[in-house]
Amino acid sequence: MADYKELWKSLDIDLEKHDELCEVLPEFYGDIYMTQKNRPEGMNYYNFVVSEIHGFRIKELNEFRGKGGKVFGGFCVFVPDEVTLAAGGVGIGLCGGSDFWVPDGEKVLPRNMCPLIKASVGAKIGGTCPYFQSADMLVGETTCDGKKKAWEILGEYTPIHVMDLPQMKREKDIENFKDEINIFREKVESITGNKVTAENLKENIKLVNKKRKVLQRLYNARKVQNLPISGKDALLISQIAFYDDIERFIEKTNELCDELEARIEKNISVFDEDTPRILITGTPMAIPNWKMHHLIETSGGAVVCEETCTGTKYFERFVDEDNDDLDSQLKALSERYMGINCACFSPNEGRIKDIIRLYKEYNADGVVYNSLPFCHTYAVEYKKVKDALDKEGIPVMMIESDYSMQDAGQIKTRLEAFFEMLNMNKELAL
Amino acid sequence: MYSIGIDTGSVATKGVLFDGNIVDNVILPTGWSPKNASKEVFNKLLERNNISEVDIKRIIGTGYGRISMDFADKAITEITCHAKGAYYLNSNIRTILDIGGQDSKVISLDEKGNIIDFVMNDKCAAGTGKFLEVTLNNLGIDVNEIDDLVKDNKPMDISSMCTVFAESEIVSLLAKGGNKGEIASGILYSIAKKSSSLLNRVSIREKIAFTGGVAKSKELKRILKDKLNKDIFTSDNTQIIGALGAAVIGWNLK
Ligand code: SF4
Ligand code: SF4
Repeated sequence: MADYKELWKSLDIDLEKHDELCEVLPEFYGDIYMTQKNRPEGMNYYNFVVSEIHGFRIKELNEFRGKGGKVFGGFCVFVPDEVTLAAGGVGIGLCGGSDFWVPDGEKVLPRNMCPLIKASVGAKIGGTCPYFQSADMLVGETTCDGKKKAWEILGEYTPIHVMDLPQMKREKDIENFKDEINIFREKVESITGNKVTAENLKENIKLVNKKRKVLQRLYNARKVQNLPISGKDALLISQIAFYDDIERFIEKTNELCDELEARIEKNISVFDEDTPRILITGTPMAIPNWKMHHLIETSGGAVVCEETCTGTKYFERFVDEDNDDLDSQLKALSERYMGINCACFSPNEGRIKDIIRLYKEYNADGVVYNSLPFCHTYAVEYKKVKDALDKEGIPVMMIESDYSMQDAGQIKTRLEAFFEMLNMNKELAL
Repeated sequence: MYSIGIDTGSVATKGVLFDGNIVDNVILPTGWSPKNASKEVFNKLLERNNISEVDIKRIIGTGYGRISMDFADKAITEITCHAKGAYYLNSNIRTILDIGGQDSKVISLDEKGNIIDFVMNDKCAAGTGKFLEVTLNNLGIDVNEIDDLVKDNKPMDISSMCTVFAESEIVSLLAKGGNKGEIASGILYSIAKKSSSLLNRVSIREKIAFTGGVAKSKELKRILKDKLNKDIFTSDNTQIIGALGAAVIGWNLK
């Protein structure tokens, strides 16, 4: 990595602590990613992005800000990037996916709280994440209780705008969220000094849809029998989608998809033929949380799809592009975003339908329901999902786990037993 | 022809020699090297039965030491092996409650003995053999004596599921002059409570098998039976069930 010390210093990073992070990450990534066999060539771009995770992109953002550009940091898939981009801003995802930030988070938050929230808050108050330091404004949302209350604390450290996300999905809720998007538009305009017009919003709706399309294209490559790419690699790409330059990301990911589709024609696979195919559903996996994918794919399984925010919830369904006035555009945005089946909604039957549909679309053999500890919304929803899947005859296993590797051994045994069970089911079906 | 199943646990290594029926079994302490222990069990089985390696069609390893068994044909998790072993002993079994030293699990089977569902307690000693061992230690008694001690005693309430807190709870009960039998009975009730909440996470179907070292306690079996209001099957072979299941799987492999 090039020398970014000066840049980091200018961003008010705690350099000493940050060094600790920079020391462990390459090895961690190497162990998990570089040990995979037969990876697609196109993964080199994403390797590069990770190796430069606190460098290259930060420099880009810094240059952008130097020219008066504004950066907005979000935590959730409900923040409409279209609006940010239309006002000439840039949106980046800021979720914390490492234990490293948890102790700092625990300085101001209770311990019995979801590690995603603790890590995100810890990254800011410890001053160890250059992305946080590069954001001119944070954008929170009223999703789960933990996040809602954490914004109040985070707000003491940095400016934050909170979007009021409805908790139900009635017509009036969609209207309400449209209003919220409009308020967000005003906020973004006041910070960037640029107007959001029907023209530039239309353009950026198309652009963000293009990003969704390429992610869908990537995921389509995982529906085939001979998997051209590992689940771990696909997850990494989804995670990078949250903060990479959007145009470059689309270009690079399309290139990778060309390669994957060529692999499919030649029947090149990164897994053995009868590797059990797993659909993951549950809480988001923020970078560098690769734990569950790593455990699954080193225990004899393959992840074929993620029904999570770092998966299908992020890119499925497009925003209607055929609107020419701001009002209808905002409505179309609200409809797209309110269609996300996050467990924060009540009821949330749509998610169960999604899981069953994705299970079939991706030819999965079983479902792993993954939840971070202390995430009430996802933990409670397990029962409804399990009952529905039982009825469909779809095997499912619940794994609750945080970012630490302490429980890795036990989880591996449970996964292996789960795969043995799936294999036996398969043999019986023959 | 024979098959061999070897189950290397943290405390003991078990081996079963199988030819469609159980021919022989061996149990040895695991000691510091699971690899050596499993090899030793293997050799002993051959020696005692006057057979050699060519007579063995399959060797299956299971238990936490399964990965270190380089002479095995296949490693299979203890969960799958356990299910196979219990089903072999009684093909009417549809639910297994296994309380081992470090963890406890519930396995649900179909009528062919295949696993449909299973749950394990999450990284916590509550309700496991360890819980029993630690808490009985406070009373100064051995696991084997518990049934005699508990007999006809009303259980004292032990409210903590957590091993660490239960320990201090027991110490203070003793300090207040609590009766050992009543406390021991309370400990068994606590394990039964934790076990039935684990059982409730799968759909319980009869017959229920209760396995693992703790299943030796007749009193605990009785308490569970009352609590669930269902018949419970136990076996004297409980310690070798995993190895037996491994041997059965090896025998059935093409
Ligand atoms: S799970 Fe829900 S609240 Fe959490 S990031 Fe995803 S959409 Fe947002
Ligand atoms: S994982 Fe659950 S508890 Fe954590 S932020 Fe998301 S919804 Fe909230």
